[in-house]
Amino acid sequence: MNIQFRESTEAASPLTTKTAIADCDIHPARATRTELYPYLAKRWQHHLEVYGVHAYQGMMEGPPYPKAQPNASRRDAYPPEGGPQGSSLAFMQKQLLDPNNVQLGVLNPLNTGQGIRNHELSAALCSAINDWQIDKWTSKDKRLKASIVVANEDGLSAAAEIRERAGDKNFVQVLLLSRNVEPLGQRRYWPIYQAAEEAGLPVGVHAFGFGGNPITPSGWPSYYIEEMVGHSQCQQSALASLVLEGVFERFPKLKMVMIEAGFGWAPSLAWRLDKAWRRLRSEVPHVKRPPSEYIREQVWWTTQPMEDPERREDLFDVIKWIGWDRLLFATDYPHWDYDEPSRVLPAGVSDTNREAFYLGNARKLYGIN
Amino acid sequence: MASLIAGGVDCDVHPAVPHLTSLLPYLNDYWRDQVTTRGMVDLVSQSYPQNSPIVARPDWRPESGKPGESLEDMQRHVLDPFRLKHAICNPLYGVQMVFSEDMQAAFCRALNDWLVKEWLDRDKRLRGSIVIPTQSVEKAVAEIERCAQDRRFVQVLMLVMGDTPLGKRALWPIYEAAERLDLAVGIHAGSAYHNPPTSVGWGSYHIEDYVGQAQAFQTQLTSVIVEGVFAKYPRLKMVMLESGVSWISPYLWRLHKFWRGVRMETPWVDRAPLELVRSNIRFSLQPFDAPPEPETLIRLFDHMQSDELVLFSTDYPHWQFDGQDALPQGLTPDLVRKIMIDNPHATYPRLT
Repeated sequence: MNIQFRESTEAASPLTTKTAIADCDIHPARATRTELYPYLAKRWQHHLEVYGVHAYQGMMEGPPYPKAQPNASRRDAYPPEGGPQGSSLAFMQKQLLDPNNVQLGVLNPLNTGQGIRNHELSAALCSAINDWQIDKWTSKDKRLKASIVVANEDGLSAAAEIRERAGDKNFVQVLLLSRNVEPLGQRRYWPIYQAAEEAGLPVGVHAFGFGGNPITPSGWPSYYIEEMVGHSQCQQSALASLVLEGVFERFPKLKMVMIEAGFGWAPSLAWRLDKAWRRLRSEVPHVKRPPSEYIREQVWWTTQPMEDPERREDLFDVIKWIGWDRLLFATDYPHWDYDEPSRVLPAGVSDTNREAFYLGNARKLYGIN
Repeated sequence: MASLIAGGVDCDVHPAVPHLTSLLPYLNDYWRDQVTTRGMVDLVSQSYPQNSPIVARPDWRPESGKPGESLEDMQRHVLDPFRLKHAICNPLYGVQMVFSEDMQAAFCRALNDWLVKEWLDRDKRLRGSIVIPTQSVEKAVAEIERCAQDRRFVQVLMLVMGDTPLGKRALWPIYEAAERLDLAVGIHAGSAYHNPPTSVGWGSYHIEDYVGQAQAFQTQLTSVIVEGVFAKYPRLKMVMLESGVSWISPYLWRLHKFWRGVRMETPWVDRAPLELVRSNIRFSLQPFDAPPEPETLIRLFDHMQSDELVLFSTDYPHWQFDGQDALPQGLTPDLVRKIMIDNPHATYPRLT
C-alpha cells in the first residue's frame, strides 16, 4: 500500500523487479462520462441522461462511504493528457506495464453495469463495457486481457453475454463482484457458472458492489475503513455460500478467483467450514466432500491488498496453508492501496515459488503462454 | 490432549429456558397476560435449532426437554468432571428476536431473574451474564444497573448480530455502565435476525449461519475499534464468545494495514488495532476452529503474539469436542494455566 501520498513517477529504480510479472487486477477507467455511448443504443444513452443508473444504494454519483482519495486512486496516477486515473493506455504503459515488466495484465472494470436495479440497462452497459475493453485496451496492447463483465443479478442474460464472448481471446475470465442481492451460491447465479464452465473461463469475484444488504450482518457501519476491511467478510460469506450451495460440486471444472479481498482468511474459513460440515452435513447432502477440498481445487486468490503482519514471516505460514500455487500477484493499479511489485515478497522465498506467485500461476490459470 | 487443571473458569456455558412459560413467574401481570392471551410460543432462535447436532453433544443430550435445561446435567457433564471453580452462564434464549423494545425489556428482566433463582442460587460455582434489551439503550442501562447489584453477575451479554454495529455511539451508555460497574461485555454468536445474517444477504442453511458467525465477529471488532469505544472506555473488556479463534490474526493484519492507510478518517483511534485487541478484547476457546494438529495450533497462537487473548470455555452443551478434550492438542502447561485461570480472572474483575 502506498501510505505516503506521493510515489515517485521517475523511471524504474534499481529496486524494481525486472522479472516478468502478471498483474491480475488492473482497473481501466473511462476518460469521459460519455465514453461508452458509442457502444450503447440511443435508448440507453437517453435513459442515462434522464434517469442515471438506479443502484442498490442511495447516491446518484459517488459512493456513500467517501473514499480516502479521489476515485480511490493514487494521486500520481492522473494521466498528463487529463481524465481520471487509469483512463489512459499510454500512461498506464508508462507508469505500470513497462517499468514493472508486466507480461499479462488482467483488466477488471468497475462502475459498469453491475449492481444496478434496472436489469436491462445492466445488460446493455455490461455488453458496452466489454466492447470498450477490446477497442480501447486489449486490441492496442497485447499484454492486456479483458474480463467479461456480466449483468450479475440476471443469470440468463449474463450467461448469454458469456456465450457471446466465449472463444474470443481478448477475454480471460468472467467478472462478478462480491456483494449482490443474494449470496453468490444462490441458484439465480448458477447460469453464470454453467456458461463460464462451458467456455473454460475462470469466474473472478472482485471485492465490492452493491446488493442492498448492509455490509455487516448487524447493520450499516459508519466509516470507509469498515467498508474496506468488510470486503473480506463479504468475500468469505460469498465463498461459503458457493461451497454450501454445492456450486463446486455441480460445476466441477469451474475455477474461481477471489480478487482484492485478501487471502489471509482462507485457511481459517476452510477449517471452520470443515468443522461445521462434519457436524451438519446431513443438512447439505449435496456437499459431498469436506469444503476445504473444493476450495483447494477450485479457488485462486489475487494478492493485493496483502495482509500486513508485524512479523512478515507469519504470512508465509498462511501462504503455505493455502498453497503457493494458488496466489496470483496483483497491484490494483491505479487504486490508492496499490501493492508495489518489488516490495511484496521479501528475500527467502524459493525461485520456484517466487515465479509461480508473480507469473506462473496466472499464466496457467488464464491459459496464457 | 493438553491436561486440564482444577480450579478453572468456564467462560461460556448455556443454561436453557425450558419454555416461555418458565418465565411467567418472573413477568408482571401485564406481560403474563400478553404471553397467554396472545398465544405466544417458545422463543427459540434460528441460530440454535434445538435438534441440530451442533446444539448438543450426543452424550449431553437429555432424553427429553432442551439440552442444558437441567442444573444436575450441567453439574454432571461439566462443573464436576472439569473441576471448575466457576462457570459463566450465557443464556441464549430468543429474547432479542422480538421487535418491541418494551416486550424485549420485559423478557430480558424475567430471564435475568430466572437465571438468579433457578441457577445462580442453586450452585455456588455459577456466575451470570446480564441479557439486555439492546433496542432501547435506556432500558438496557437500567437493566444493567438493576442486576449489577448482585455481584454474581460478571458480564453484560449481547448478540454479535443485532440492530446496529456494536461500536455505534448510541450504544455507548451500555459500555459506560459496564466499565463503571466492573462488568465485561460479552458478545455472543447469534443473530436477532433484524438484518440478513451475512453481509451479502440471506443464505439458505443453518450451517451457513453458523459458519458466518466468524465474519460477524470480524465486522463487530472493526466497529468497536474504529468508533473509538476503547479510547473512551479504556478499562472496558469485551469478550467474543463462541467466535472461533483461527481467524483472529489474519483479520487483524488486514485491519491494521487499512488503519495505517486511512487513520485520518478516525483520528481518535490513537493506538494500533493490534494493541487495542491485546489490551481490551478476549476470545473464548471453543469452538476451536483449526485442524487438530499441534504444529498448526502452535503457529496460530504464535501469530497472536500474546498468551492473554484466549479464555477457557466448553460451550456446554454445544457439540464442539468429545470426551474431556476441551483443550486442543499442543498447548503448553503454562498456556493452559493462563487460559483456564489467569486470563478469565484478569478479564472478569467480579470473579472472586
